[in-house]
Amino acid sequence: MTTAAKRLARESHLADVREIDARFDVQKVRRDFPILRRRVGGRNLVYLDNAATSQKPQAVIDAIGRYYELDNANIHRGVHFLSERATEEYEGARKKVQLFLHAADASEIIFVRGVTEAINLVAQTYGRTNVRAGDEVLISAMEHHSNIVPWQILCEEKGARLRVVPISDSGELMLEEFGRLLGPRTKIVAITHVSNALGTIVPVQRIIAMAHRENIPVLVDGAQAVPHLKVDVQAVDSDFYVFSGHKVYGPTGIGVLYGKSALLGAMPPYQGGGDMISSVTFEKTTYNKLPHKFEAGTPHVAGAIGLGAAIEYVNGLGLDNIAAHEHNLLTYATGTVSAIPGVRLIGTAREKAGVLSFLLDDIHPHDIGTILDQEGIAIRTGHHCAQPVMQRFGIAATARASFALYNTREEVDALVEGIQKVREVFA
Amino acid sequence: MPDLRELYQEVILEHSKAPRNYRELPTANHRAEGYNPLCGDHFTVYLNLAGDSIRDITFQGSGCAISKASASMMTQMVKGKTRAEAATLFEQFHKLVTGKSPANGNGNRAELGKLSVFSGVSEFPVRVKCATLAWHTLQASLEGKQDTVSTE
Repeated sequence: MTTAAKRLARESHLADVREIDARFDVQKVRRDFPILRRRVGGRNLVYLDNAATSQKPQAVIDAIGRYYELDNANIHRGVHFLSERATEEYEGARKKVQLFLHAADASEIIFVRGVTEAINLVAQTYGRTNVRAGDEVLISAMEHHSNIVPWQILCEEKGARLRVVPISDSGELMLEEFGRLLGPRTKIVAITHVSNALGTIVPVQRIIAMAHRENIPVLVDGAQAVPHLKVDVQAVDSDFYVFSGHKVYGPTGIGVLYGKSALLGAMPPYQGGGDMISSVTFEKTTYNKLPHKFEAGTPHVAGAIGLGAAIEYVNGLGLDNIAAHEHNLLTYATGTVSAIPGVRLIGTAREKAGVLSFLLDDIHPHDIGTILDQEGIAIRTGHHCAQPVMQRFGIAATARASFALYNTREEVDALVEGIQKVREVFA
Repeated sequence: MPDLRELYQEVILEHSKAPRNYRELPTANHRAEGYNPLCGDHFTVYLNLAGDSIRDITFQGSGCAISKASASMMTQMVKGKTRAEAATLFEQFHKLVTGKSPANGNGNRAELGKLSVFSGVSEFPVRVKCATLAWHTLQASLEGKQDTVSTE
């Protein structure tokens, strides 16, 4: 590129940045999150551990409080006013999740504790029914432990084999290898949408299309995707899609399993108990219809309502605006952090969301984390529950800054200064 | 806010960069592995025990500055000591890094010698496991335990 062309490209980029800033007032957004006013050790909190869990807007906190103050009762049971109110709110939240994921029907939305429970549910019901000795379950080399271990347990029990699609040095899924590994023995593909350790956005639509050509269903782990990307389960034709509420500004302890009706309908129940039945005798129990068949016991009503409020909050800002703001921020952070001498980025895929994993010289990430913490900066250090990713790159751990809709360029600057401080301490 | 320099003292940084006795020990008759699954720190401690005394001790592995420096200085401190002496030293060291040393701690510190540079760890509770990983591993080795020691 000529100097003039570079200047033009830069000016056009800056114009884009200004336009996005105009559409997305991050300072106004920050005022919605009371915890961001908190000070840590006399400094403003710089919260860059959003891939671990996100902070909650006042609207979510209030929705949970309001439920307990005004509407608390058990659902699907009582004939009384409050039970009816609670049921309406709970089922209303399910409807919000349905629209959020663009699912065909609300009965395809199962409330669970989070991604971990969702994947265990599918492994223990769909998996145990359909996977037999000699069969294969296909995952990728950048899965979170929650999308590895449930399948390992299943494979051990059934005498099946866990196959792993490799990733490139930049942290991208090797699609050709994926195609080669798909075969007549493959009974299910379980793959992340966005890598929690690397930030890679996986082309799930292509993967699903490839798997469907062989009639293999696909589960997508959307834990790191839903806060950053618009998800349309029908457009990508996902068979199962799972996410956790707390990573998308909702409460902990609530998450979602989306499954196509036909698949969920044919699956045996996961847990037995109240609410998941139509009738019970000691001789035989008839199971309830979807989604209740998979929601045994009193669910996390307040959690579902809080998640519904979080989705409304995100919709209010617009996922496209959020994605544009975060993309800007990640681009800025990638540029400024990688310019620090001694920094090595782990995960340099072309398409990324939300995550900047890095190493600094041979300083252990744990030490980086402690020094940044002294500056009020919260990042994650360690293997990020993705030890095979660390093994793939031949490292023990990384330092990971992960971004949310309320993060700012000033916070990235604070991170950069913090990393400089780490270099000084270890100079 | 606790002072970073209290934690990352020069001696600690120096040991983390150039750990002493950092090698396998061909004459080892005891060894143990220590692992902190939370941060991935992983050490192997090799021991040559002659009767009741530690004739030689080395270590290898990977970890943060605190855990590596602690392992390095531990090998220097316990070499030539008896099992009981090493155990007592660990007890005192543990009190030091968890802030449970007596307030006037001078007597304690005198026995701990240069290990007293780790006193700053007590201000950083999440780093106590880093400072004690090698010691837990040594303890396991002395007790002849085969399993990997975990600080989680």
